[in-house]
Amino acid sequence: MASYRSPDFGTPALAESNSTIMVSVEIDGQKVTVPAGTSVMRAAMTLGTKVPKLCATDSVEAFGSCRLCLVEIEGRRGYPASCTTPVENGMKVKTSSPKLGELRRGVMELYISDHPLDCLTCGANGDCELQDMAGAVGLREVRYGYEGANHFDSVKDTSNPYFTFDPAKCIVCSRCVRACEEVQGTFALTIDGRGFASVVSPGQNQDFIDSECVSCGACVQACPTATLIEKSVLELGQAEHKVTTTCAYCGVGCSFDAEMQGSTVVRMTPSKEGKANHGHSCVKGRFAWGYATHPDRITKPMVRQRITDPWREVSWEEAIKTVATKFKNIQAEHGTDAIGGITSSRCTNEESYLVQKMIRAGFGNNNVDTCARVCHSPTGYGLRATLGTSAGTQDFDSVDHTDLVLLIGANPTDAHPVFASRMKKRLRAGAKLIVIDPRKIDLVDSAHVKAEHHLALRPGTNVAMINALAHTILTEGLWDEKSVHERCDAADFAYWSDFIRDERNSAEAAATVTGVPAESIRAAARLFAAAPNGSIYYGLGVTEHSQGTTMVMGMANLAMLTGNFGRKGVGINPLRGQNNVQGACDMGSFPHEFSGYRHVSDAATRFDFESLWGVPLSGEPGLRIPNMFDAALAGTFKGMYVQGEDIAQSDPNTQHVVAALKSLDCLVVQDIFMNETAAYAHVFLPGASFLEKDGTFTNAERRISRVRRAMPPLAGYADWEVTMMLSNALGYQMNYSHPSEIMDEIARMTPTFSGVSYARLDELGSVQWPCNDAAPMGTPTMHIDHFVRGKGRFMITDYVPTDEKTTAKFPLLLTTGRILSQYNVGAQTRRTDNVVWHDEDRLEIHAFDAESRGINDGDTVALQSRAGEVALRAKISERMQPGVVYTTFHFAETGANVVTTEYSDWATNCPEYKVTAVQVRPTNQKSSFQLDYELETSIGRKVAAE
Amino acid sequence: MTNDKQTHNNLPNLLRMIEQITGYFKSYPQDYAVDHIADHIQKFWEPRMRREILEHAAAGGEGLSELAKLAVKKVRV
Repeated sequence: MASYRSPDFGTPALAESNSTIMVSVEIDGQKVTVPAGTSVMRAAMTLGTKVPKLCATDSVEAFGSCRLCLVEIEGRRGYPASCTTPVENGMKVKTSSPKLGELRRGVMELYISDHPLDCLTCGANGDCELQDMAGAVGLREVRYGYEGANHFDSVKDTSNPYFTFDPAKCIVCSRCVRACEEVQGTFALTIDGRGFASVVSPGQNQDFIDSECVSCGACVQACPTATLIEKSVLELGQAEHKVTTTCAYCGVGCSFDAEMQGSTVVRMTPSKEGKANHGHSCVKGRFAWGYATHPDRITKPMVRQRITDPWREVSWEEAIKTVATKFKNIQAEHGTDAIGGITSSRCTNEESYLVQKMIRAGFGNNNVDTCARVCHSPTGYGLRATLGTSAGTQDFDSVDHTDLVLLIGANPTDAHPVFASRMKKRLRAGAKLIVIDPRKIDLVDSAHVKAEHHLALRPGTNVAMINALAHTILTEGLWDEKSVHERCDAADFAYWSDFIRDERNSAEAAATVTGVPAESIRAAARLFAAAPNGSIYYGLGVTEHSQGTTMVMGMANLAMLTGNFGRKGVGINPLRGQNNVQGACDMGSFPHEFSGYRHVSDAATRFDFESLWGVPLSGEPGLRIPNMFDAALAGTFKGMYVQGEDIAQSDPNTQHVVAALKSLDCLVVQDIFMNETAAYAHVFLPGASFLEKDGTFTNAERRISRVRRAMPPLAGYADWEVTMMLSNALGYQMNYSHPSEIMDEIARMTPTFSGVSYARLDELGSVQWPCNDAAPMGTPTMHIDHFVRGKGRFMITDYVPTDEKTTAKFPLLLTTGRILSQYNVGAQTRRTDNVVWHDEDRLEIHAFDAESRGINDGDTVALQSRAGEVALRAKISERMQPGVVYTTFHFAETGANVVTTEYSDWATNCPEYKVTAVQVRPTNQKSSFQLDYELETSIGRKVAAE
Repeated sequence: MTNDKQTHNNLPNLLRMIEQITGYFKSYPQDYAVDHIADHIQKFWEPRMRREILEHAAAGGEGLSELAKLAVKKVRV
């Protein structure tokens, strides 16, 4: 095993709740005290004693098959396996003796007798546990010879783009099979055959690529030999050092070890110490990191006078000077408020903080926003109004304690796969599941997981559904009266109680709106109310509606009504989309708030920032992203700095967005790739990937984790350095030498971060805010004794149907989302081998809707709304209910957001991506938008010859 | 692709936004609703947007509900 690898304790640590009684044992003469139930193997390892093993690893339960970890226990006959033998008080164990050595060598002889002896040229050379064990037991000969039966003629499976499966090297330890079951929960692998013919088999004797395998990498991680091994390791060899950092894909925020050869990534392996992922990963974080060094990376700054001109590569100095000059000229001509910018949820906390600081202090206005505008801004508003804090209430570990998961508008197996595995593990252990979603997502019915209720409501009717659940619980007397009276505002509750008891909020009334039978709604409500620990997990299927904020408040109402706050296993948990969308919000990226969610009109807060930053600050809210577009089209907003977002692809009503971008006098895009937005830019500043910089990300559970530089920035500067150069050129001086200094300023200025520093993060690994004097170790569970706002506030949540309605012209409802292998606008994942699984956006449609339109699976169809039209291929899917279609938005050439509309949430302007009235018809050609798009972007991306 | 720069009129958008906000708060007693609609606009609408809706209200406020009109009276730029 590589020296930088974390130690393997052989068997998992006991669950916290099962580890209260401690026992003392003696191992090789040393005493050790461990929780009762701990394996002898693990107890030995806590002393640093590595008992030889092959089938055991601490990511899966003990199996006891390899017989290599035998030990002697005083007073016991035979040689028990240390992995399956629990410690007992007073037990005396010997892990080595002449007899044990003899037995282990005998076992190893059998393993080696049919194993290829190509160690020097094997991909696992230097990182092979079989090799290590041969050394550990002192194997010097194989008495059986090497001429017996073996599996050398097995066909190597290279079908997966990221790893190979070589049955010839398999020792049938079942670690991969168990990892697939226990860690990932997919059950894609099995042991096929009996005796010597036993082989690991994906699916039904299929290749990996054709099986149910989701390429999470758990099997590869668990494999002790070269049977399952990364193709990158086969190509490059073993790494020589590692850099622990945080994944830059979804909001789970998995900790990874970037295993390096110099500045070259050999592979990314999930860190066992990572508190968000506990050693697990998904196909994106584990394997889809090659985009970081993709040839498409732009590494030189570029400028152009007009967006129809070819790009001209220039020095950093010229590019920065160009931006500063143009922005100053715009402000001189059109006023201070004529420019603004967007912080990136892909960038670090420190970088978001700097961009909003530059805008507030350097631009002199509050025209700053972030992509949370188009995803979880309703979460911030709704949870703050009801509970007092704009964030989720739990840590991910909390799901281990839940008795019932109410999953609303989220598809975690695709969008938050590592947390989904954790959730599935709890569900397999007996927790119940209720799914509220228009689509039949995987969790509704998959291997060893089946939802008790799938409330397949019509898109846009969430609020009617949540009200009906609350109505049922209240009117049937199933609510937690004690908790409500102790923890919630009595007057607000009384007012809400009268509202929610009204017949219009009954299950029967909701049934007519949602399309879900009343009895199913009532049964689900009763089940939720009866759960000792009921938890709510939700995603963008909640927020991206005209009533997104109302729904968030409705969920908070439901959790308060049932007393599901302030302990493990409960709470309200947003599954946030991007790696640092929580952090971008925390850092003051919204136009109305400083870091820590303090309104810009608050004079005391503004005074603090003015004192530190040395300039007067505006107390007026700035423009939100959609307001910026409108102001641009109205001619009052002329300059925009966009860091790490692709608004031309991600934001709704693409044609409206593009028109706004085209109307700007100066659009500055900072990104690692020439994205869709850059086609309309005047200045391009090369960005740095997460592997190229230091900083922190904050995940969906408020966990702040370090991002560490593994390689130098390809363009020479990290993003925070570029923002600093830009600010200085504009005349507002910044002088940080390292992101840790930015975090120190954040901590100084943000009460919930006051205890955060790089030293503290290095000490704890990660920490959940609030982290301050009151909670120096962070806050895994919020609202323990009381809500942050004091008394919890029940808010009225009247169901208001969206203005986006089906008509004879547009009779179907479109909803959009993600798929496992691709990520958001696809800028990263499209530049990896993940395209093997998903190389185009498809329109999922129910068989009835397809047949009535003469559409067959795979046909090209036109998808049209009042906003626009695109063409894409149809996929007939049982996931869909009649009347509802679905697509992803990963491919710019498809242009899914050409179809989505400008309608948005009432409180936050979060777009209503999840409800668009559309028509679908067969076609044999691209839409006019798609044809124009090809032409425009080819012009917009052209770089002048040197 | 279209370029609606020349024809862009943001007022319908602002009217829809304010009526959506009103649609939420109208479930509360009128005084509370008026105060909170106005407060929401004051806290979240950039001055250009507030100015435009105030000018529209001053010109008769066509398209504004009565509740929204009462709230706009409390909005300041």
